[in-house]
Amino acid sequence: MTIQSNSKQEYMATGSDSRATEPPALLGTGAEAEFGPQATSVPFWTNSFRSKIMYLFSGAVLLAAWWLVYGNLSSFSRLITYHMLPLREGTHLGSTVEFFIFEVPKVLLLLTLIVFGVGIIRSYFTPERTRKILAGSRESAGHVLAALLGVVTPFCSCSAVPLFMGFLTAGVPLGVTFSFLVSAPMVNEVALVLLFGLFGWQVAALYMGTGLFIALVTGFVISRLRMERHLEDWVLELTSSKPEASQLRIEDEHMDWDDRVQFGIDAVKEIVLKVWPYVTIGIAVGAGIHGYVPENFLAGIMGKEAWWAVPVAVIIGIPMYSNAAGIIPVVQALLSKGAAFGTVLAFMMAVIAISTPEAIILRKVLKPRLIGVFIGVVTVGIIFVGYLFNIVL
Amino acid sequence: MKVEILGVGCAKCNKLEETVKDLVSKHGIDAEVSKVEDLKVFARYGVFMTPALVVNGEVKVAGKVPKETEILNWLSA
Repeated sequence: MTIQSNSKQEYMATGSDSRATEPPALLGTGAEAEFGPQATSVPFWTNSFRSKIMYLFSGAVLLAAWWLVYGNLSSFSRLITYHMLPLREGTHLGSTVEFFIFEVPKVLLLLTLIVFGVGIIRSYFTPERTRKILAGSRESAGHVLAALLGVVTPFCSCSAVPLFMGFLTAGVPLGVTFSFLVSAPMVNEVALVLLFGLFGWQVAALYMGTGLFIALVTGFVISRLRMERHLEDWVLELTSSKPEASQLRIEDEHMDWDDRVQFGIDAVKEIVLKVWPYVTIGIAVGAGIHGYVPENFLAGIMGKEAWWAVPVAVIIGIPMYSNAAGIIPVVQALLSKGAAFGTVLAFMMAVIAISTPEAIILRKVLKPRLIGVFIGVVTVGIIFVGYLFNIVL
Repeated sequence: MKVEILGVGCAKCNKLEETVKDLVSKHGIDAEVSKVEDLKVFARYGVFMTPALVVNGEVKVAGKVPKETEILNWLSA
């Protein structure tokens, strides 16, 4: 596995770069041949170095601007709500509007920053590399690796099942592949960002930790139960015979910083543009609930005392699907009205982790018993986490 | 020329199909464009990232939506 270290490579190979900064008179005079290419230009001030400085500089400026806006959101929202609009502090409408004006830009800002950052990180990982890393990995280490890689490997969610196939045909053990399959959708950066923005870093960290844990357990259980026999026959044929096609290698693109930044920008465009309506509506609903619904309204059916609420919430959530951004405002609304944390978070995990469409596609690859075990373990895992959160938080 | 777009129902896969069909009709290329959703076919081609574009049995790209200029290149070859 070769992850190129771009800065070093470009800096060292100044030969071709420095040509642009050589004084014209010296070109072709043989000075190069005698003293080497570097002799005729300033040692480190190459084009690539300069562009890196530009990146760092503009990055710093943007970050500072971001921080400035972010830090002043509270005052900004109060300003608009109570000074520019004819609303009074302490009224239902006032609370609602202030909440809305505060939360929407806050969440969007957070999303933009984190999605960009994660995009850059993900540009270093490709499914191809992940596949190579995991191929032939041993069980326990493989599960941990797979769960972690699931978080950072970029892929379109429609590729989930093809990827599953790809891993198997590359020799990745079944349980390890499942760890990846569970962690990837659940522990996604949008969910983490929103959780962080709305509930603080402890909740986000807990979510990530337990998500990874569930991924590990699922993979581990499936490995232990030796469920390879429960793959559909045609899959078994493919994985055992390893035909030529499974060795297909798409050329690993070499990315330089321009590409990586572009990758990050593309990720922001794709995700934020897709998600902002959900976020806005979700927050609007949350704002309304925040301002108008009395506290503890939900404490009865979803509160800590309702012990049966956790399994019910999870079982309802599993067949459903929403992307993280859509479900989190719902989470917030439920929470603010007395629902227990564990119950709501378990619901959220259940919705994001698996869905009916995905299960249907998986059926083409897995025999019913394996699908059953998969869904069963994830369900039990999430229920467990739900109870845990209810106790801890 | 046989063009296959491999993908199982997501926005990117549909977009690729549209783009290819557009280009084919706009430039009058003689090509049979089809969308493949059968996992067995994916596996046979060794494709495990969708969307993917296959021209005359050769996988040109997998895992992302290629630029129009790239697609045009492959279609004209």
